[in-house]
Amino acid sequence: MARLKFIVGGVVILAAVVYLIVSSTAASAQYFLTVDELLNSANLYKDKPLRISGAVLGDSIQYDAQTLTLRFTIVHVPSDNKTIEAQGGLAQVLHAAVSDPARNRLQVEYRGAKPDLLRHEAQAIMTGRLGDDGVFYADELLLKCPTRYEEAVPQQSE
Amino acid sequence: MIANFGYGSLLIAWLVALYGIGAAAFGVWRKKPAWVDSARNAMLLTFPLLSLTALSLILLLVGGHYEIEYVAAVTSNSMPLYLKITALWGGQAGSLIFWSWLMSAFASAVTLRKWERDREFLPWVIVVSLVTLAFFLSLSLVVENPFNRLWVSPSGKVVEALLQPSGFTLFTQGDGRGLNPLLRHPGMIIHPPMLYLGFVSFVIPYAFAIAALLTGRTDDRWIRITRRWTLVAWLFLSLGLLLGSRWAYDVLGWGGYWGWDPVEIAAFMPWLTGTAFLHSVVIQEKRGMLKHWNMLLIILTYALVIYGTFLTRSGVIDSVHSFARSAIGPMFFAFIAFTFTASLVLLIRRWEALKSEGQMTNLFSREALFLANNLVFVLITAICFLGVNFPILTESLGAIGEALPALRNIFTAQKVTVGPQWYERITAPLFAAMLLLMGIAPLSAWGHSTSKTLGRALWKLALVSLLAPLYLILTGGRSLPALLGLWLAALVACVTLYEFWRAAAARQRTHKENFFLALWKLAGRNRRRYGGYVIHLGVVMMALGIIGVEMFQSETQGPLRPGEQLTLGQYAVRFDSLAEFPLADGRQVARAVVTVFKNGVSLGELYPRSDFYPEAQQSMNIAALHSTLEDDLYILLVDWQPVSADGATFKIYHNPLVNWLWLGGIVFILGTLVAVWPDKEPQAVARRLTPARLPQAPEQAA
Repeated sequence: MARLKFIVGGVVILAAVVYLIVSSTAASAQYFLTVDELLNSANLYKDKPLRISGAVLGDSIQYDAQTLTLRFTIVHVPSDNKTIEAQGGLAQVLHAAVSDPARNRLQVEYRGAKPDLLRHEAQAIMTGRLGDDGVFYADELLLKCPTRYEEAVPQQSE
Repeated sequence: MIANFGYGSLLIAWLVALYGIGAAAFGVWRKKPAWVDSARNAMLLTFPLLSLTALSLILLLVGGHYEIEYVAAVTSNSMPLYLKITALWGGQAGSLIFWSWLMSAFASAVTLRKWERDREFLPWVIVVSLVTLAFFLSLSLVVENPFNRLWVSPSGKVVEALLQPSGFTLFTQGDGRGLNPLLRHPGMIIHPPMLYLGFVSFVIPYAFAIAALLTGRTDDRWIRITRRWTLVAWLFLSLGLLLGSRWAYDVLGWGGYWGWDPVEIAAFMPWLTGTAFLHSVVIQEKRGMLKHWNMLLIILTYALVIYGTFLTRSGVIDSVHSFARSAIGPMFFAFIAFTFTASLVLLIRRWEALKSEGQMTNLFSREALFLANNLVFVLITAICFLGVNFPILTESLGAIGEALPALRNIFTAQKVTVGPQWYERITAPLFAAMLLLMGIAPLSAWGHSTSKTLGRALWKLALVSLLAPLYLILTGGRSLPALLGLWLAALVACVTLYEFWRAAAARQRTHKENFFLALWKLAGRNRRRYGGYVIHLGVVMMALGIIGVEMFQSETQGPLRPGEQLTLGQYAVRFDSLAEFPLADGRQVARAVVTVFKNGVSLGELYPRSDFYPEAQQSMNIAALHSTLEDDLYILLVDWQPVSADGATFKIYHNPLVNWLWLGGIVFILGTLVAVWPDKEPQAVARRLTPARLPQAPEQAA
């Protein structure tokens, strides 16, 4: 009898937590996509919460300080760590991406302050949604400049 | 020269550690205490050796030896001395050395204790500590060597190696790249060391648990020996987490204190299981139950400590904290897998010896409520673990979809990530449950309290605590979660204060002392219990701050010309002027002068600024704060026109009650200090006073 009470109590709590996990995952989990993956099946991901990463194209950055509207374009980079390592590290991969006009590109719009790290060949990681106009509307913008810290070896002079 | 010396001493420390492991095991096997004593000396020797290693690295960092790759990566000429020293833990390779050094300090301190009654534990405590230490040292020796130098070939190719490759000459540089600007903060002196101290000191109770399993001495002696170690570990980990969140609040410029970043979570998980452990050992001490559970919790905590270090160091998961990707990931994984499996095997071998001495019968007895508390902590840990690994998990689940075409749409191999919203939605009810348990458990009794007896003790206090949400309703608060949270916090406060009052009043009557003396003596009699209650009060204060920020935070942003203002609630911020100037260390500063008004009354000037670090090509926003117990006004200068300096963009956050979070943190730490303070209570008596078995035998109850 006593044991049953504890088992029932435990099962009820576990069921509640499982329900919370499932419902929250449905409501707020984000697909982590590359630009290629997004553009290849844009219909599938329309209006779903997404997380996209890509290389920033420096010339495309436009910022309107009055309306705090930031627009720029990102270029596809692979997301797989092994592929990145095989191609010579993140800095190399980003450099290759922005110099390749054949790659898929994506327009991004973000409202807010312009981050300092937003510059040519930075890696942008954004969360947001893809609009009907094909522009990615970002709610959150994270930037990485891989060349700065703890890069194994300084630039080789060839 | 210094580098070779440091590396040599590291190598010797590693050899000594390996010797110690062998000597301790051999000493037990052949029953030769002399070998165990030798192992103990080996353990003690690692500390001076690693001190020399750490000191060498500090000398290199301070001396600007930029031919060392690590030195060039984390220091630069313009950094002040204290930051050059703290750069010891500013990068991956150095922080592993620092970890090992702390580990050897703690383990050495443990072996210096008096062992008379617990002689059989000693060799195994040494083995577990040294195995852990040897693992970290081998990482430093092989993969992440901080003493590697840079070498250049005649053709200009630069490589990193400890020893001179043939044909290469030393690559010398005049300056280094410098520490990441986000880390150039006084918090750097204390936040990482506290976290690391917390991490390494949890190895000690784990080592004793394993020693208890190996020797078969499975009574609660290991828990009693390590009680204070565990509290010290927990104290450091709590301090590290609190300091980290304050640092984030000051530096990261999003007005928040906790971002559910994987590395934050990595430090939070061992804290959660550690907290569960601290509570559940009380049940084992008082009633002889939950022995398997306690073993499992400490094994899990140890695994999570190593996993936490792994997450931070390996770059597996993207995070603001993570260092560059590195090859140490697989080694960590192998080590965690090895220690975790070995621990579980040992636990299963001793399963019978760890049988409970009693059984729980009532859902509202104190032991049952403690068990519920444990369940909540472990569930939160599980959710954190799931969230951190969600991308890896969803990606690898794709294999199922490929194998079974019917499930292809569910398991797509597409990486899915979860953010703060996900964690908050799932953990909020669990945190609420935690507060509820904190509110009712102190009023429950061991063994046979029922819903009736508990209800009788509780109902008046529950009524009083309703005043808090009532006040919120009267002042216009309508958010249901906020009302619930506030009520629970008030309930915990009422119950805890009532417990203090009741016990002190009783003592006052019997001992004829005045109330405050009685209160003081009381806390002195049972420090762990009353320290725990102080910690609970700290949690209540922190809950207030969290409710304030999470549910009532507001923000605005916009460009301003001089004389214009932004309003946010009762506040207005007027932009007065902006100046740009260089500092002696090379930083380029933009500093705005703003005046803050509340309901039209001036509260004075504030100076939000932005510092640009040229060598890092990165700038850092330093928020200006107007701080009161009621709220914080958090002002950031996010953009400005450099030439004409006649316009600037600001972002302003209003964070209600946020200072209760920090004050609560201080109370929390003070409470922990009370609990850690040496107790005069005689050790073995407490157990005998309470019956080891419940009145009903298990078969009658069934």
